[in-house]
Amino acid sequence: MDAINFLIHGFALAIQPSNLIFAAIGVFIGTAVGVLPGIGPALTVALLLPVTFKLDPGGSLIMFAGIYYGGMYGGSTTAILLNTPGESAAVVTALEGNKMARAGRGGPALATAAIGSFVATLIATVGLAFVAPFLVKVAVKFAPWDYFGLMLIAFVTVSATFGSSPLRGLTSLAFGLWLGLMGLDQLTGQARLTFGVPQLLDGVEVTTLAVGLFAIGEALYVAGRHLFKPEKPIPVKGSIWMTKEDWSRSWKPWLRGTAVGFPIGALPAGGAEIPTFLSYTMERKLSRKPEEFGSGAIEGVAGPEAANNASAAGTLVPLLTLGLPTSATAAVMLAGFQQYNIQPGPLLFAQHADLVWGLVASLFIANVMLLVLNLPLVGLWVRLLAIPLPWLYGGILVFAAMGTIAANPSVVELLLLVGFGIVGFLMRRYDYPVAPAVVGLILGPLADNALRRSLQMSLGDPMVFLKHPSSAIMIAIATIALILPFLFKGLAKFRQDED
Amino acid sequence: MFEKIMKAPNRPALVIALALFAMAAVTYWDASRMAARATYGMNASAASYFVCLFFAVLGLGHVVSAFQAASIEVEDIDMKAIGWVGLALAGLIGSIWLGAGFILGSTLLFAFTARAFGRRAFLVDLVIGALMGLVIFLLFNKLLSLALPQGPLERVLF
Repeated sequence: MDAINFLIHGFALAIQPSNLIFAAIGVFIGTAVGVLPGIGPALTVALLLPVTFKLDPGGSLIMFAGIYYGGMYGGSTTAILLNTPGESAAVVTALEGNKMARAGRGGPALATAAIGSFVATLIATVGLAFVAPFLVKVAVKFAPWDYFGLMLIAFVTVSATFGSSPLRGLTSLAFGLWLGLMGLDQLTGQARLTFGVPQLLDGVEVTTLAVGLFAIGEALYVAGRHLFKPEKPIPVKGSIWMTKEDWSRSWKPWLRGTAVGFPIGALPAGGAEIPTFLSYTMERKLSRKPEEFGSGAIEGVAGPEAANNASAAGTLVPLLTLGLPTSATAAVMLAGFQQYNIQPGPLLFAQHADLVWGLVASLFIANVMLLVLNLPLVGLWVRLLAIPLPWLYGGILVFAAMGTIAANPSVVELLLLVGFGIVGFLMRRYDYPVAPAVVGLILGPLADNALRRSLQMSLGDPMVFLKHPSSAIMIAIATIALILPFLFKGLAKFRQDED
Repeated sequence: MFEKIMKAPNRPALVIALALFAMAAVTYWDASRMAARATYGMNASAASYFVCLFFAVLGLGHVVSAFQAASIEVEDIDMKAIGWVGLALAGLIGSIWLGAGFILGSTLLFAFTARAFGRRAFLVDLVIGALMGLVIFLLFNKLLSLALPQGPLERVLF
C-alpha cells in the first residue's frame, strides 16, 4: 500500500519539533475559539492568514488544520455546560449534553464527547489517508468540463439542498459569485465591476469577506440583540469518568456517528450540521432507552459529536484532492493554500507530496493532543468563559482589523470590511446563510475559468459538457439537487450554518 | 382574500428583491461596457451576464415569497448598541484615513465596542485597547516584519 509508506514518511516530517509546535499552537487556538462564543474556526483561520504569510507553508497549514479539528472539539464544551453551542456543528450536542450536565452528569457527557471525537477523528483521518490517493488517481483524469460539473454540484449543495430556504441560500451564493467577478479577469485581463477603483483590480480578498461577514457581522448582531447576558456554566460535579454502562452505551454511537459523518463531509454536500442531525435521529431510534432522549441520553451526545468530527476530517478529502471546499472553514483553508501559491487538487499530491502527507500525519498527532487538552484540562477551557463579553468582542474586532490591515493597509479595504460586516449583520437578521457567499467568492472565478477553458477547447461548442458522460452526470446531479428542494419543501428541514 | 394578502407584503423581502434587481442592473451595465476579446467560446463578460440573470431570477423569487403567507420573524434590535459599534469602526477607519496610526485606531475600536456591549468603564477600556494595539503593533512590525500603519504615536515611540 502506497498510502502507508507515504504516511510513515509524513510522520517523519510531522514529528519535527517545529511542526509539532505548529500543531500544538493550532489545537490550542482551535479549542479556545471552539469554546468561545462569536468566533469560530473559519474566522480564526481567516484572521491568521495575513499573520502566517511569511511563515513556512507546511507549518502554517498544519496549524490551520489543528484549528479546524480543535474547533470541532471545543464546540462541545460550551454546548454541554452552557447550552450555547460554540459552533453550529455542536447545536445537536447541546440537546442531550446540557440536560446531562443539569442532571449532574456533565463529566461523563464531556468525556463521551471528547473520546467520541477522538475515535471519530482517528478513523476518519485513516479514511482520508486511504481515500485521498484513490480519488487523486481519478481526479488527474479530470478535464475542465469535469471540474465545472463538480463545482456546480458544490454550489448547489452548499447553498440550496440543505439550507433552511433554497432561495436564501442561493441569494447568499449569488452575492459571493458577484464579488468573485470583481477585479481583473484571469484569462483576458479585463476589469470587471471595479467601478474605476484601482484597489478593486486585485479582486476581493477572501480574508476581508470572511472577517467582515463573520466577525463584524456577528458583533453587530450580538450587540443589537443583547445576546450577551452572561450565563453561568454548570459546574462539573463528581467524576468526569464514564461508568461501564456509559462506555457500553457510547461506543456504538461513536462508530455510527463516524460512519455517517465521514462520507457526508467528504461528499461535496457540505457542512457538519447535517450528519449531526442524522446521527441524533438515528441514535434516538436505535437506543435501548429511547425514553431518556430529551432528558439527557448519553447516546445523543456520543453520536453527533463523533459525526461532526468525522465530517471535519471528511471535508479535507475534496479540499486536498480536488481543491473543492465544502464548508466555510475549508473555503478559508483553500485561501490559505493559495496564499503560498499552492493549489490543492490532484497535482498537490505529486508536486507537494511532503507537505500533504506531513499534514495528514500531523492530523493524527493533533488528534492525540486534543484528547489530552479536552479531557483532563477541560476545567481550564471553561474558565475562558469568564472573559467579559464586551472585552471578548472588542478583542475580536481589534484582531479582525489587524488581520485586514496587515493583508492590505488601505482605507478601501477597511471600508469593504465594514460593508461586508453590515451585509453579514443583515444576513443574520433575516436568516440568510453566510457560508455560501464565502464558497461562491472562492469557487466562482475557478468555475468561470473551467467553463471558459472547456469552451475554448471545444472551439465554442457548448455541447462539450454533455458529450462527456462524466460531466453530463455531474451536471445532471447538480440540476436534480437544485430542483429537488423546491419540489419537496419538507426535505429542507436541515438547517445549515457556517462552521 | 387576495387583497388582504396584498395589503401586508413582507417588506424586507421586497427590499431585498429591489436590491437584487439593482445589483443585476449594475452588473449588466458593467458587462455591457466590456469589449469582446475571445476568439472562441465566451467573453469575460459572459460570467457577468450570468450573475446578472441569477440576481434577476432571485429577485423575482423574493417578490413571490414576499406575497406568501409565511414571513420571516424579525426581532427588535437595539439601534443604540449598533451605533456604538458603528462609532468604533468609524474610529478605526478615521485614524487610518487621517494617518493617526494603528494603535489609536485599535484603542478607539476596542473601547467603543466594549461600550456597545454594555461596559461603562470607558477609561479603563481605552487603556486596555491601547495596550492591545501596542502589543499587536510590536508583534507585527518587529517580529513578523509586516507593516501596520504608523501614526505620530508610533513614530515617537519607535
